[in-house]
Amino acid sequence: MPKIKLENLTKRYGKVEVLHGINLEMEDAEFTVLVGPSGCGKSTTLRMIAGLESVTDGEIYIDGRPVSKLEPKERDLAMVFQDYALYPHMNVAKNMSFALRLQKRPKKEINQKVGDVAEMLGLTNFLHRKPAELSGGQRQRVAMGRALTRDSSTFLFDEPLSNLDAKLRTQMRAELALMRQRVHKNMIYVTHDQIEAMTLADRIVVMHAGIVQQQGTPEELFKKPINKFVAGFLGTPPMNFLEATIKQEGDGTYLLGRSFKLRCDVATTNRLSQASSSSIVMGIRPSDLLFDASAVAEESIEVDVVVSEYVGAQSVLIGDCSGEKVMVEIKSDSPIRLGEKLKFRVDLAETHFFDVSSEQAIG
Amino acid sequence: MSTATFNRLTPYLFLAPAVVIMALALLYPLGYMIYGSFRAWDPSQALGESTFVGLANYVTLWNDPSFHESAGVTLKFAASVVSVEMFIGVGLALLLDRNIRGMSVLRTLFILPMMIAPVVVGLIWRYMYHPSVGIFNNTLKSLGFESIDWLGQHALLAVILADIWQWTPFIFILSLAALQSLPRSALEAARIDGATAWQQIIHIKLPLMMPVLIVTGLLRLIDAFKVLEVILVMTEGGPGLSTEILALRISRTATEFRELGVAAAMSNYLLMMLLVLTVIMLAYNRVQEYRAARAIRIIEEDI
Repeated sequence: MPKIKLENLTKRYGKVEVLHGINLEMEDAEFTVLVGPSGCGKSTTLRMIAGLESVTDGEIYIDGRPVSKLEPKERDLAMVFQDYALYPHMNVAKNMSFALRLQKRPKKEINQKVGDVAEMLGLTNFLHRKPAELSGGQRQRVAMGRALTRDSSTFLFDEPLSNLDAKLRTQMRAELALMRQRVHKNMIYVTHDQIEAMTLADRIVVMHAGIVQQQGTPEELFKKPINKFVAGFLGTPPMNFLEATIKQEGDGTYLLGRSFKLRCDVATTNRLSQASSSSIVMGIRPSDLLFDASAVAEESIEVDVVVSEYVGAQSVLIGDCSGEKVMVEIKSDSPIRLGEKLKFRVDLAETHFFDVSSEQAIG
Repeated sequence: MSTATFNRLTPYLFLAPAVVIMALALLYPLGYMIYGSFRAWDPSQALGESTFVGLANYVTLWNDPSFHESAGVTLKFAASVVSVEMFIGVGLALLLDRNIRGMSVLRTLFILPMMIAPVVVGLIWRYMYHPSVGIFNNTLKSLGFESIDWLGQHALLAVILADIWQWTPFIFILSLAALQSLPRSALEAARIDGATAWQQIIHIKLPLMMPVLIVTGLLRLIDAFKVLEVILVMTEGGPGLSTEILALRISRTATEFRELGVAAAMSNYLLMMLLVLTVIMLAYNRVQEYRAARAIRIIEEDI
């Protein structure tokens, strides 16, 4: 099965450059998720791989073969579209077998293939229905089935779940993960939903403003974000950012915020020694703030709780720390009242630091 | 009168002027014509003075070889123009459905013929077909070919060509609109599934355009059955009866033969033919609506 390699891939519409030299390598049978906010160029990248958008500059290699000038059908790809893109006038079986029928494969083989895939996706009872007679989730499955029937070496997914309602999306996400285990093919998946990215990907590629920000396994990206954008983009609720200044006092190093003063341990001091200026941004995940009424001042910050979002076992508190917004994840049975000023212990080992101007991670 | 009754009547009150105009302008002449078709009616008589002859006018026509010929010419004319226009119009739309420089100018040029008054179209083509000074025969002569007796021996072909020239754009713009409203992603999916440009047309574009094409074709057919001016100007139905379409025969029966009753009966035959086409068109629309409703019902039953 092929490797896919993007080399300095660039896209311009007239004078506007939307993709600025993308370099990526996808290993054999890897599930790669391109994720980023809308307009970051992830869909354009996917459509260029598919051959639906022309390549302005750079090259796409599939198994070492440059394909940027080839028609989509010569690239051996299957694609699932956001709006499913089913053929409205064909029933489910015809939709799924369209590619095979164009290839003039024997009827027996086609029926066999369609039957197998339909069975796997639970579509057997719907083979004679037209797309208009299917619900959103069923259409989504047919779109997936159409790609699976093809036997292509690479699957492309363009935000396949974003037209579904929340419940169905979770269900289809699980089904996708299941399918992923059974089908060992290259998969490239585009989404703006970082939860989809985290749960499905072998490798996440975070894109922003037409540039790859960082790529790696979900864990790598979550634990070691390379810059403030990646740190803020991955994880729900998102990471809190607090401005601070590094200050030496006697033999200790302190982080001085608007309303807090945190004493740094040796490891943190070492990390902060790499900062190029004394002004930095601290990044703390909501789950890393620990509610502790008896914490000492040099290890904690104080937050005015403004809103409490009850989500079941956990609640998300939205608070204010001297003008900076702070979110905290907390057990719902914690005795907390709105308007209270609460103390949260900061675990500096789990805290990320970013340069103020370049927004790159420090240490 | 209570407020509730008044409120209930308000919509009808607003509709009343339209109904009155419809009745005067549409239903009255229609009724007049149907009434007249059962009478031996001369233009010098008032309709009330004419004698009632029952279905005699209809029976006469049913057995009249000239009427048969006329109906035949009309059918031949309508069938040929509509099929050729559909073929060229849809073909052009498929060719021009792309974004290249100057395409909008080209599209505008293509639909110009439709905007010219039919009488003018008739005159233009009559001059172009002129045996000695017309551009067609001049061109043929300068290329060393025999000149063709366009409006004589090939009169029907000549008027068919003129109609195709004028009305192909109608099919063209409607097909183009249909094409551009097709779901883009389905076409992209077809490209990925390996369909060539030709296969996309056959398997995706044409089937998806079909509802629009059927209605367009029927509209054009209804129009072609009623064609008059272009042929009147070009050939006046001649030579012989070779281009005498029904509308022309009706007008001649009324003015030259002075048989208003027969002309009215003939109009009714034409009307019945067109009604059949209209009913087919409406039935087709109903079928489409029914299918859409059924699809929704099936989904709801599932849930």
